[in-house]
Amino acid sequence: MIVGEQKPLQEIKDMIAGAEKVLLLGCGTCVTICFAGGEKEVGILASALRLATRLDGKEVDIREATVQRQCEWEYVDEVADQIQEADIVVSLACGIGVQTVAERFPDVWVVPGLNTSFLGQPVEQGVWSERCAACGNCLLMYTGGICPIARCSKSLLNGPCGGSQNGKCEINPEVDCAWQLIYDRLSRLGRLDLITENMPAKDWSTSRDGGPRKIVREDLRI
Amino acid sequence: MTTVSNLQRVLTKGHFAVTGEIGPPQSADASVITRKAAYLKGNVDAVNITDCQTAVVRMSSISVGKMLIDLGIEPVIQMTCRDRNRIAIQSDLLGAWALGARNLLCLTGDHQSFGNHPTAKNVFDLDSIQLLDMVRRMRDDKVFMCGEEIKGTEPRFFIGAASNPFADPFDFRPLRLAKKVKAGAQFIQTQLIYNVPKFSEFMRRVCDLGLHEKVYILGGVGPIKSAGAARYMATKVPGMDVPAEVVDRMVKTPKERAREEGIQICVEIIQQLREIPGVAGVHVMAIEWEEAVPEILTQAGLLPRPVIPPEITTAEQ
Repeated sequence: MIVGEQKPLQEIKDMIAGAEKVLLLGCGTCVTICFAGGEKEVGILASALRLATRLDGKEVDIREATVQRQCEWEYVDEVADQIQEADIVVSLACGIGVQTVAERFPDVWVVPGLNTSFLGQPVEQGVWSERCAACGNCLLMYTGGICPIARCSKSLLNGPCGGSQNGKCEINPEVDCAWQLIYDRLSRLGRLDLITENMPAKDWSTSRDGGPRKIVREDLRI
Repeated sequence: MTTVSNLQRVLTKGHFAVTGEIGPPQSADASVITRKAAYLKGNVDAVNITDCQTAVVRMSSISVGKMLIDLGIEPVIQMTCRDRNRIAIQSDLLGAWALGARNLLCLTGDHQSFGNHPTAKNVFDLDSIQLLDMVRRMRDDKVFMCGEEIKGTEPRFFIGAASNPFADPFDFRPLRLAKKVKAGAQFIQTQLIYNVPKFSEFMRRVCDLGLHEKVYILGGVGPIKSAGAARYMATKVPGMDVPAEVVDRMVKTPKERAREEGIQICVEIIQQLREIPGVAGVHVMAIEWEEAVPEILTQAGLLPRPVIPPEITTAEQ
C-alpha cells in the first residue's frame, strides 16, 4: 500500500493562509488504512484548523469531503461542486490524489495535506515499513523475497556492506540490515547459492531513472 | 597483464607490503597534502587517498593522487559508489589513469547520513562488486560498462577492494570476499583490526576457500590516540570490533603516555598479523596522525621499504 503521513498543522495552516473557503478532501483507500487521510482524519484536521484559525481571529469556512479513491477522476467527480466552490482544496491523499484533482479541475488551487512516504506494509498496529521501491524490475526471486533495493540503505545487490552489525544497518540501530534478513532467510531455505553468485549492475531504466513511467495495455483499451 | 604499480611489484615479489593513507582536507589547501605526505614518503609502498570519507566533503581523491604523484609518492585512489553513477565513475577513472594513477580501491562508500550533507541525494548506481567488475572489464576487455570499445588508451589499474571481517553476518564475509575476487579484486585492504583472534578465524576461512592464492590481503591497522578514541571506536563506529582488553589497556595508560601506548599496540598487532597465513601486508590507517607512521613501521621492522625497478617485474612476465 501507499503509506502517507499528515503534514504538520502549521504547514497546512500556512498553505491555506488567505483562503476563506477551504475543502479538506480525504481519500478512502491507502491513506485511510494508514490513518493519514481518511474520513476520520479529515474530521480531526478540520476541527484543528477551525480552532487554530479562530485563535488567530480569522473566520475560515472549512468543509469536509472524502471520496473512495482520489486517484480516479470518476470518484473525484462525485464532489466536483464542492471542489469548485472552494478557494483551496487540501488533498488528504497521496501525491497521485493531489495530481488527479489538479488535473481534473484546472482552475482549482490544490495543495497536499500529506507527505506521501513510501510503498510499505503495516507490520504492527501503528507501524508501517517500506517494502518496495517500485524500481520496475523485481529481483525478489534472488533475495528470498526481501528487497535490497528498498530495504538496504545503499541498495546493494551483492551482500551486506561493512557497516552491518548485530543485524542492524550502519545508518541507524533501529533499522534492520536487509542483507542480514536475506542471508538468514536464504540460510533457512538452504539457498545461499543465490547470493554467492555475482549480481550484475542493475538496469535502472525501468525505475524513475528512465523518466516518468507509463504502462499501456492495448488489450484493455477501449 | 602488465605490472604497472609499485604496490603490485612489491606484492608479486613476495615482500610484506605496507600501504598508508591520507585523508584529504576539507578545503582547497594543497599544503595539507604536502605536510601529510612528508611522513609517508619512502616509508610505505603506496598511499590510499580517501574519497570523501564518512561522506564529508573533502578535496577530490584523484586530484590529491596527482599531487602525490608529483611528490614522488604512489597513490591508491579510493573510489566510492555513493556519489557517482557509472558514467561519472568511468569518466573519473579515465582521467585518473591519464594523470598517472595506477592503483584503485573500489568501495561502496559510507552512507551520506554520517557526513556533513545528510540531506544529499545518494547514487549507489553500482555496488562495490559491480564497480570492480566494471574496472576489470575496462582494463582486460577494453570496454566501457555498456560494452562499447574504449578506442585508445584503456585504464589498466591494479584493482583493490575492502573487506570488513568484523561486520555481520560473519559467516558471509569470506564469501563476500570471494565475490570481490571473482569480480576482479587483486588486493584487499581490511577494516582496522584490533580483534586479532577473530581476524585469524576470518583468514582461516579465506585460506580454506583458496582466496589467499588469488588476492593479496593487507590487514588494516591503526594507532589509537587516547582512551577516549578507543572507547569511541569500540562503541560508536559501525562495523568496528575493539575488544575490551584494548580499551582497558588504553584506559589504564597515563594520559601523557597514551600516544606511545597506542603506537605500541599497533606494532604488536602488525607483528601478530605477520604470523597469520595469507596476510600479504598491512594497510596503516593513521588518518590525522600521519606523523606516527614512521615510528610504527620502524618499531615493526618494516623499514626500509624495498625498491623494485619497474623493468625487472615486467621483464619477468
